Amino acid sequence: MKEYFLIIIGVVFVNNIVLTKILGLCPFMGVSKKLDTSLSMSAATAFVLTIGSITSWLVNYYLLIPFNIEYLRTIAFIVIIAAVVQFTEMVMEKNYPYLYRVLGIFLPLITTNCAVLGIPLLNAQLSHNLLESAFFGLGGALGFSFVLILFASLREKFEGADVPESMKGTAIAMLTAGLMSLAFMGFIGLDRI
Amino acid sequence: MQIKDEIYKFFGGIKPNGHKNISTLNPIKKISIPKKLIIPVRQHVGKMPNIIVSEGEYVLKGQLIAEPVTNVSAATHASSSGKVISIKKEDIPHPSGLPDMAVTIETDGKDKWIELEKFQTSKLSIETLLEKMRFSGIVGLGGATFPTHIKLNINKINTLIVNAAECEPFITCDDMAMQEKTDDFLLGIKEVMNLIKIPQAVIGIEENKPLAIEKLSKSIADDNSISLKVIPTVYPSGDEKRLIYLITGIKIAKEKRPAEYGIQVFNVATLISIARFFNHGEPVISRIVTVTGNVKKPNNYEALIGTPINELLRDAGGDTNKEIIMGGPMMGFKLPSTNIAVTKAMNCLLTITDEMENKPSYEMPCIRCTKCVDVCPAQLQPQELYWHAKSSQFEKLTNDYKLFDCIECGCCSYVCPSNIPLVQYYRYAKSEIREQKQSLDIADIARERNDFRLLRIDREKRERAERNAQRRSQVSEDDKKKLIDEKKAAIEAALNRTKEQNL
Amino acid sequence: MIASILILLGITLIIGITLGYASIKFKTEGDPIVDKIDKILPQTQCGQCGFPGCKPYAKAISNGEADINQCPPGGDEGIHKLAELLGVEYKPLNAEHGEPKPKSIAIIDEETCIGCTLCIQACPVDAILGAAKQMHTIIEKECTGCELCLPPCPVDCIDMQVIPETTDNWKWKYPIFKINQKNKHAN
Repeated sequence: MKEYFLIIIGVVFVNNIVLTKILGLCPFMGVSKKLDTSLSMSAATAFVLTIGSITSWLVNYYLLIPFNIEYLRTIAFIVIIAAVVQFTEMVMEKNYPYLYRVLGIFLPLITTNCAVLGIPLLNAQLSHNLLESAFFGLGGALGFSFVLILFASLREKFEGADVPESMKGTAIAMLTAGLMSLAFMGFIGLDRI
Repeated sequence: MQIKDEIYKFFGGIKPNGHKNISTLNPIKKISIPKKLIIPVRQHVGKMPNIIVSEGEYVLKGQLIAEPVTNVSAATHASSSGKVISIKKEDIPHPSGLPDMAVTIETDGKDKWIELEKFQTSKLSIETLLEKMRFSGIVGLGGATFPTHIKLNINKINTLIVNAAECEPFITCDDMAMQEKTDDFLLGIKEVMNLIKIPQAVIGIEENKPLAIEKLSKSIADDNSISLKVIPTVYPSGDEKRLIYLITGIKIAKEKRPAEYGIQVFNVATLISIARFFNHGEPVISRIVTVTGNVKKPNNYEALIGTPINELLRDAGGDTNKEIIMGGPMMGFKLPSTNIAVTKAMNCLLTITDEMENKPSYEMPCIRCTKCVDVCPAQLQPQELYWHAKSSQFEKLTNDYKLFDCIECGCCSYVCPSNIPLVQYYRYAKSEIREQKQSLDIADIARERNDFRLLRIDREKRERAERNAQRRSQVSEDDKKKLIDEKKAAIEAALNRTKEQNL
Repeated sequence: MIASILILLGITLIIGITLGYASIKFKTEGDPIVDKIDKILPQTQCGQCGFPGCKPYAKAISNGEADINQCPPGGDEGIHKLAELLGVEYKPLNAEHGEPKPKSIAIIDEETCIGCTLCIQACPVDAILGAAKQMHTIIEKECTGCELCLPPCPVDCIDMQVIPETTDNWKWKYPIFKINQKNKHAN
């Protein structure tokens, strides 16, 4: 029990996939302008990550390793993740057309999100078992959502701030992301627990 | 509903220096009839009343010069007898400085009253009395100028609260009115209570008016239905919802009116004018104005509506070159010029003191100290409202931060260490949001009209096509040939006629 | 080698069948974004965007045929709102389609009007009252200031009047205060 809790804390705070591992920056910068789009993006990514990492682990353990075709891992994982994203897109288009429209191109881009491919690959590399992989995926999703929502709230506040003309838009956002990353370095001490 | 003896304390509020004693040293002074009376036609919230006099006409004191239109409108009367010399746009006391219609009367000095209709309130029905009140010109004289007959058109009121707080610094007109016109004041309270059958009344008065408190407690000692409640001197305890909370402990919900809770609030001057109307038939033609601030002899004046304020300032020893605020230092506005006259809303003329002038006026950045949050009586977040109003982000203001609950009392600007004029930002944001809503409504109507027009054109086209198809199907081949031959013959005949004419 | 091909084939087949089934189950029709765009447009029906009215322009935007910066009466705020709704970048107003003008309404010079009804047919919101050979007049409240009635008039009797600022439509302005310089030559 303690290990699963530690995995989640590790992946959310200490080894945050966005701010410490610097994966998945594309939706982080692109979707975080408004709070409601980032909420829906984090929900979609969380869904894809959890389902994706569980299915990827199953395929890896039962199909790839027994038949000694680990070299096909990357391709297989990409195919699975693409399928899950496609499925999520269809569900979103039917049930939440407004959010589907606002997320626009970023929803299919979850397929190419390095975090969403990175976590299953890390699972395979670290030889987690099924439950550990599931928690790792869930933790990664939580960490991504946590940072995305924080960043979106900050960016909404910037709309009213007196930012110099040359820094408006992406420039100030990048600066803030860098500062947040620095702040998250403080969590490194947590792994002593 | 039982009024408990306890005095509740509302959140926030400030305790500025009252500066009240400088204008209460002398009794109310009556200003003599000026040579010209410039009476703005609209002195209330609502629609512009219809002017019923014309240039050159001789009017008597108290004569109706503008009658109310639809329900939210009030009447305007001539304040003295004389000749109407012009009806045109004049400077009025409005923060924009824009002019509005006004009737100028050249007084003849005789001050002759029109024949006033005296009536017995006990013998007439409520509807008749309210209809008569519609032409009395009585509006909320505390500054809101809402037509009073509409406020009285609600029954099921069980408490009348009299707003004798006068919480804003420098203003003392209600204080002096209560001391000198006590009989009319109490009569007004009784009239309102009898009119719509209110069982009890509470006078809410601040503790910085000891003389008025003493006089009133003596006068109502025998009356069980009227009670006096002394409330602590905090600004803005005179605000309607704050006063209700102070006296009864009831928190009025943000969208609702006090009448829905069985409470109605009236100002002291309004009640005095109600008493004069019901007992003497007199319409509203004068009011008490406090002239104070940087003047040599601050005093309260009873002035006719339409008196140029220069007369008041001259009598008080004021300097007409200095800037003058109409209202108090918290909620008043700078008058664009001194070329204006007394209106029903003018409760105070405040000449800017050196202390006010020397305050630094430049705005510094907000340091998020949240002193404003501590004093806001409406429990809003002024620093968030400022943040969004400054960058013109209007969508969040209405729903998330409840901008329209702001009563513009000015407590937040008063305490801001960065001298930010917070209330100006909120007023700007409110104006913009109201205008946006108006544009949306206009756009909706335009869209409907356009859709209907396209529908109509479509329908006409279809009907025409149907009619043509019907006609064509009725006419047979032979008839068609006959028509064509007839037309050819007519054309030939016309050509022959023109040939003959040319020859 | 064969195992790898078979396994990949197997995975893709299963995924293909699942997705095919899901695409039929989760089928959706077009999305009513046209109404949302139309709600943002100012309904002046002036045609400056190049389309015969606000609804056709809204349809064109949703199809991707038109850009969001073609509406002068909507102004900058309109473009910002459209950019937010559609999730695209804000663009400044395209000058080809006109400059934003202050709100005005049309007024007919009654001495010159000949009662030809050409302006009545041109008005997109039916804001002109009149009939053949009768005096024409503009209903002030309904006029959107689109200026479509000016070209058809054969005697050129229609003028645009800017709506004046009165106490009824006055707005509080954005607070700007002058800074008093007391000691200009302090040393």
